[in-house]
Amino acid sequence: MAELTYRAALNEALAEEMERDDSVFLLGEEVAEYDGAYKVSKGLLNQFGDKRVVDTPISELGFTGLGVGAAMLGLRPVVEFMTFNFSFLALDQVINSASKMLAMSAGQIGIPMVFRGPTGAALQLGAQHSQACETWYLHAPGVKVVTPATPADAKGLLKAAIRDNDPVAVMEGELLYNLKGEVPDGEDFIIPLGLADRKREGGDVSIITHGPTVHVALQAAGQLSKEGIEADVLDLRSLRPLDVEAILATVAKTNRAVYLEGGWPYGGVGAQIVSILMEEAFDDLDAPVLRVTQADVPMPYNKKLEAWTKPGATRVVEACKKVLYV
Amino acid sequence: MATKVHMEALSPTMEEGQVVKWLKSEGDGVKNGDIIAEIETDKATMELTARGDGILRVILVKEGGIAPVGNVIAVIASEDEDISEFAAAALAPSDGNGAGPMTSDDPRVEVEDVGSEPVGAVGAPAVGAPVVAAPVGDEAGRIKASPLARRLAVESGLQLSAVAGSGPSGRIIKRDVEAALAAGPSPAVAPVGISPPLAASEADYEDVPLTQMRKTIARRLAESIGPVPHFFLTVDVDMGRAIEARRTINAMLEAEGKKISLNDLIIRATAAALRRHPACNAHWLGDAIRRFNRVHVGVAVAIDDGLITPIIRDADSKGVAQIATEIRELAGRARQKKLQPEEYTGATFSISNLGMFGIHEFTAVINPPEAGILAVGGVEETPVVEDGQVVVRSRMKMTMSCDHRVIDGALGAAFLGTLKKMLEEPTAILL
Repeated sequence: MAELTYRAALNEALAEEMERDDSVFLLGEEVAEYDGAYKVSKGLLNQFGDKRVVDTPISELGFTGLGVGAAMLGLRPVVEFMTFNFSFLALDQVINSASKMLAMSAGQIGIPMVFRGPTGAALQLGAQHSQACETWYLHAPGVKVVTPATPADAKGLLKAAIRDNDPVAVMEGELLYNLKGEVPDGEDFIIPLGLADRKREGGDVSIITHGPTVHVALQAAGQLSKEGIEADVLDLRSLRPLDVEAILATVAKTNRAVYLEGGWPYGGVGAQIVSILMEEAFDDLDAPVLRVTQADVPMPYNKKLEAWTKPGATRVVEACKKVLYV
Repeated sequence: MATKVHMEALSPTMEEGQVVKWLKSEGDGVKNGDIIAEIETDKATMELTARGDGILRVILVKEGGIAPVGNVIAVIASEDEDISEFAAAALAPSDGNGAGPMTSDDPRVEVEDVGSEPVGAVGAPAVGAPVVAAPVGDEAGRIKASPLARRLAVESGLQLSAVAGSGPSGRIIKRDVEAALAAGPSPAVAPVGISPPLAASEADYEDVPLTQMRKTIARRLAESIGPVPHFFLTVDVDMGRAIEARRTINAMLEAEGKKISLNDLIIRATAAALRRHPACNAHWLGDAIRRFNRVHVGVAVAIDDGLITPIIRDADSKGVAQIATEIRELAGRARQKKLQPEEYTGATFSISNLGMFGIHEFTAVINPPEAGILAVGGVEETPVVEDGQVVVRSRMKMTMSCDHRVIDGALGAAFLGTLKKMLEEPTAILL
C-alpha cells in the first residue's frame, strides 16, 4: 500500500495497462510532449513512444472518431479530454458511434475504448468550463460511466475501464488531482465496474453521491456527527452499471436518503436514483428523498456566487435534518 | 404468481364484509377452491374460497375486521415470493376514516410549509417546491403516512387512524408508529363492532346485536333451507266471537255507510299481538336483528300480474274502522298500480289472507327482511268436540311462517297463542 496522489494513481494505471497490453494507446490534446494538461500522462511518451502516446490537434470530434475507428479494428484507445466540457464537440462519436456499434453490428463490433478527463466545477473557470457532464454520457445506453473520488478508486476503476470491452467514460475530479490517499499495490488491483463503496458507516440517514461531492458528503457527515446524527455515505463510483443493491441496502438501513451531486437537478443523476428508490424502496422510506445539487443556473464566475451555487456541506446537513424531521 | 384474496361481493347488495373467521392460518397451504374464511356480509355469513394455489402468506384483515368489497384481505403466494407490494398496496384504502365534506380548514387541502430557506438545489422540485398534501378530491379521507410507517403498521397490525403524526402536515412517520406500539394497543385496534343499539324507547326500533349462538343458528339454518330459514306454526281459531264483533261493529257503522271485514279485525288483532311480542315485530339485518317499536302491518293484495303488500302503519293504534277504510283505499289503488313506494315498503310484519279464494290453510313465504308472515285461511263451519258433544263452530286456520334466525319456535307459538285469544275474545285486544 503506497500513498499516491489521485494524479499519480491514474498515471500508474495507464502505465501498467499500457505495459500489460500493447493494444492500449493514449491520445488527446497535449498528452505527449506536455505530459497532459493535468500531468496525468507524465512520462508516458518517454516510456511508450509517440505511436502509443499521441498528441492531437484541437479537434475533439476528429480524434474521438479516430479512437472509435481504432477500437473497431481491435485497439484499445484511451482518449483524454482536457476536460469533459470540451467533449460536447465529440458527442456524435460517443453517442452515435461508440455507444451503438455493438448493437448495430449485431454484436460483431465492440468498442473497447476509454474516454477520460476531469468533469465538474473547479474554481472560477466560468460557466462553460464548470459543468458536471455525467448525464450526457449516462443517457445513452451503451456507454459505461465511472466517477472515482479517491486515488485508489481512480487507479482501480481506470484499469477496469481499459480492460472492459465496452466504451467507458472515466470522469475525474478536477480538484482531486492533488488528493493523496492509500492505493493498493500490484498490477492486478482493479475495481470492478458497478460496485458502490460505503465511504462512511452510519445508521441515521443515507447520503448517496458520486464523484468529487463524496468529499462534501463526508464533510457534512462530520458536522452531523457532532449533533449525534450518523450518516451512511455511499459513493456510487459507477453510474453505469449501477449498484442498485447497495443503494437499496443503505436506504433499508436508514429509511431516509439525500442524493448529493455536483450537476444540475433537472434530469440529473439524482433524479434517476430517486426514481429507483420510489420503485424499489418505497416501503423503506420514512421521508421523501431530497436532492442537493448545483443550482439550476449556468455557473457564475463571481467567487461568492459560485460558492453559493455549488452544493456545499451546509446544504447537505440541512437536507439530512429535513428528512430526519429535526 | 401471487394471488390476492379480495373481499368479494358475497351478496348482491354487499358493500363491505366482516371477517368472522379465518379457516386457514398464515403459512397454511391453500388450493384453488378451498374455503379459507367466513365472511359476514350485509345478509349472512358466507364462505370465501381461494382463487389460487400456494401458501396463505399474509392475512391483512384480521378476524373481526371489516373491509370494503374489492380490498385485498390476504395474499396467497409461493413460499419465497416477494409480496411486500401487495401488503403495502392493500393497506392504503382501508385506512380511510370516512369521507367528510371538505372545508376550508380541512387538513387534506393544506400545503406543506417548506420554509423560506432554500435547502437544496434551486429549482429542484424535490426540495424547494411546495408539496400538495393529498388530492383534494380524495374522498377516502386519506391518512398521511410515510411508506415505511404504513409498512410497519401493517406488520404490527396497528391501525394508522389510531396514530398521531408528528411529521409535516401531520404525516405519520416511523417514530410515531413506534411510539404508538410502545404505548400499547389502542381501542381502535380492536375489531370494529356492531353499532350500539338505540337505547331510547322513543326510537322507531332497536338493533339487537347478534350473539355467537344467534349467528350460528342463523348460519346453520340458512344453509339448511336457503337464504331465509322458514318454519311454520299453524293454529286453529274459533271465529264465532270475531264474527259477532264484526256484526256489532258493522251495525254501528251502518249510518256512516261503512263496513269492516274479518280481515280488518285480524289485522288489528295481529298488530295488538305484535305489540305484546315485539321479538316477532322484527327484521333480520344480517349482522343484527332490528326490533321495531312501531307496528306496520303489510297486507298482501292480489293484483293482475302478481301481488303487493300495502302497509297499515301503526296498525296497533288504529281503530278497525280506520284500518278498513285504509285497506280498501290502498287495495283499490294497488289494483290500479298507483301505490307510492312508501306505501308498500317498510312493513314490520305481513299478513296474507286467501280465505276469500276458498283456501282452507296454506303457508306464505316471508318477505325479507321481515321475520314473519301470517297466512290466513277461510272461516269454515266445522264440527268440533266441545264438552264431549260434537258441535258446529266457525273455525279458521292461521299459519305463521317464521324466520328461524329471528323467531324461535316457542316465541312464534306464544305470539300465535296471543293472537288466537284475541280473535276468540276480541275484547282482549283492548287489554
